[in-house]
Amino acid sequence: MSIKACNLVWKIGSKTIVDGVSFTAEPGRMLGLLGPNGSGKTSLLRLLTGLKRPHSGQVTLDDRDLATFRRRTIAQRIAFIEQHATTNANLKVIDVVKLGRFPHRSMFSGWTKEDDAAVNKALERTEMAVKRDDLWQSLSGGEKQRTHLARALAQSPRELILDEPTNHLDVHHQISLLRLVSALPVTSIIALHDLNHAAMFCDHLLVMQSGKIVASGAPEDVLTRELLRDVFSVDAHVAPSPYHAKPHIHFVR
Amino acid sequence: MSIAAETSKSSRLLRRIIAPAAFCLACLAAIALAVGFSVGIGDMPIPLSSTYSAITNKLGWTSIELNRIHEAVIWDYRLSRALVAVFCGAGLALCGAIMQAMLRNPLAEPYVLGISAGASTGAVAVAILGVGAGAVSMSAGAFAGAFAAFLFVALLSNGARGGADRTILAGVATSQLFNAATSYVVTTSGNAQQARDVMFWLLGSFGGVRWPEFVLVSVVVGCGLVACLFYARVLDAFAFGDEAASSLGVDVGRTRVILFALTAVMTATIVSMVGAIGFVGLVVPHATRFVVGPQHARLMPACAITGAIFMVLADIASRTLIPQQVLPIGVVTALVGVPFFSIILYKLQRTS
Repeated sequence: MSIKACNLVWKIGSKTIVDGVSFTAEPGRMLGLLGPNGSGKTSLLRLLTGLKRPHSGQVTLDDRDLATFRRRTIAQRIAFIEQHATTNANLKVIDVVKLGRFPHRSMFSGWTKEDDAAVNKALERTEMAVKRDDLWQSLSGGEKQRTHLARALAQSPRELILDEPTNHLDVHHQISLLRLVSALPVTSIIALHDLNHAAMFCDHLLVMQSGKIVASGAPEDVLTRELLRDVFSVDAHVAPSPYHAKPHIHFVR
Repeated sequence: MSIAAETSKSSRLLRRIIAPAAFCLACLAAIALAVGFSVGIGDMPIPLSSTYSAITNKLGWTSIELNRIHEAVIWDYRLSRALVAVFCGAGLALCGAIMQAMLRNPLAEPYVLGISAGASTGAVAVAILGVGAGAVSMSAGAFAGAFAAFLFVALLSNGARGGADRTILAGVATSQLFNAATSYVVTTSGNAQQARDVMFWLLGSFGGVRWPEFVLVSVVVGCGLVACLFYARVLDAFAFGDEAASSLGVDVGRTRVILFALTAVMTATIVSMVGAIGFVGLVVPHATRFVVGPQHARLMPACAITGAIFMVLADIASRTLIPQQVLPIGVVTALVGVPFFSIILYKLQRTS
């Protein structure tokens, strides 16, 4: 049992953003979170990482209420990649990735071999090793995103939560990022906009609309013509791909 | 392999311990030298050797015959003044570095939380309105005013939960309020001489400081520096904002409260003692970051050292630029600092 959401409600003022969401993320699986803009995906992800407290309902981690964990303990398990995190500090890529080791180090402990290994592995996996000494300001949008992923991997998480991580990436890096995340031995929850990518890589999909989950299940069960019309207001044909057998969506012009 | 391991181990030792230690020693020597010059320069020039002998005499290590007047001037006036300047410069620069990191704003400085405005209100309340009926010193009034302003900012920005932008806005509003109160008091009830005195005090002066002030400021800034060094890694984690820090495991609310309170205590102590010396807390962190980079474990000690040297030099300049007259130190820090800072800005623009 990994992350479980139980009847989550979250509001801004009187406006309900997340409206009674319940689901379970199966350990080691990749859970895709779909939905149009403003459907509450980002807010839900923040509730799952404990950055925001729900108004009612609860998030549990291994059957224990997330609110009872210390921030540091959460950070040792759950890594989160925000959508637009940037800095005006003149940090190097390696400095940013090293931040991922923060929750594993005490105030006094030095930099260990284990820390070094985690950072190097994360840089290699995200193809950022050659750029390790480049400055943050000199990176392209895609390189920044991959640096964030490297930072999250250096955190050695058991749960990885990603908010639209493929934004800004070219198609090669979109595919390689999704392939990397799906191959990791972690539970991942990933908000995506590209429905075909979601169908290809995710084990399970959740579709949100106006703060509620309107569909949940395997990609071939969830991605139907009716759902695409009702939730995303697009007309499309869905058919199993002849190449990978997962559903493929052909949008109608 | 063992030889390679040994060399890599010893090179790591060199990099991690010996090199920084040597650097710190060199910096301390530079500070000592600046203090020595500061003590020697003035209406009565005193050679560096006399200063050194006077200190060792006082410590009981030597008993060299010295000019009695020299010894008295060194010990009773100039040395305490120079050492207070060291700690004030270090403290202000350190507070500036922390504020810039916590608020993620390059314009942040120690006074962004309204502390200098509050201190001036407290000082005029004592000096002109006569609050405390003579039992309260102007410094105590300034300290109380500074803390009142800080608490007001905390209230306006909703404690620690407000976030950086809200904290800055609350600080600006509070500064305006307290500055208006100061101006109101000065214009309605002060005479010209009192207004001039207050003006002078606000721009900063090391004129009145002696050993008791030194003891207070060295303890406060010294403890502050040590406490902040424990938070170096936490401040690094703030690079991508509060939420990113939080998702890395930082207790953002608690960190904010502790570090804001720490900077408030340091700044209020300094301001109540020597006035609101501007510019150091804004510029020294930027200049230092330009040289040593953004990692706080290195940035904060470097800021303290640079701030200390800068302030001592500014104090020397304030006494020597115009013969027979002492300029307010805040005037000097800005006059000397702005051209220097322009060069850094220009270079920064070219590298990026």
